[in-house]
Amino acid sequence: MPMNASEIEILIKEAFPDAIIKIDDLRGDGDHYSCHVISKEFEGKSRVQQHQMVYGSLKGKMGNELHALALQTSTPE
Amino acid sequence: MNENIKTEIENEIQSNNVVLYMKGTPVFPQCGFSAATVGVLNHLGVKFSSVNVLENDDVRQGIKDYANWPTIPQLYVKGEFVGGCDIIREMYESGELGDLLTTKGIEVSK
Repeated sequence: MPMNASEIEILIKEAFPDAIIKIDDLRGDGDHYSCHVISKEFEGKSRVQQHQMVYGSLKGKMGNELHALALQTSTPE
Repeated sequence: MNENIKTEIENEIQSNNVVLYMKGTPVFPQCGFSAATVGVLNHLGVKFSSVNVLENDDVRQGIKDYANWPTIPQLYVKGEFVGGCDIIREMYESGELGDLLTTKGIEVSK
């Protein structure tokens, strides 16, 4: 069951209110996205921890409804 | 999670320096993300062992629970979870992956 980009954005935004989020639907099929999340919350965290935080915000959808989300995380410059 | 599976995973990642949990095999990956990660490891010329999660549903779920990581592939170096496809690719491009392997005493040929 595909998810649309705005649902993904809403879930991430709920968990990271300060985040700048850029989502691309890579194939236009609602199933393969790339997503870049920039948030201060990531400061001092390892990459694995940063990605786990984003996956956590997606409430178990990653790996299920959401098949493919190429993820990039960073902190504001 | 199932204790037997946990023990099986721990044995696997502790008895091999570099382990990739993936869909399919390095010669015949069955998912683009697994293929990309194999590609990175081959580029670095690092020897690794692999586990095909498609052969065992308990391992497929177990490895996700073990690392608290929802997707496959997953790369382990000296028993430690390093990341999935995106992180591995990012670390490869920045040179961090090669450095990490070298620091851990693992031979990298390129």
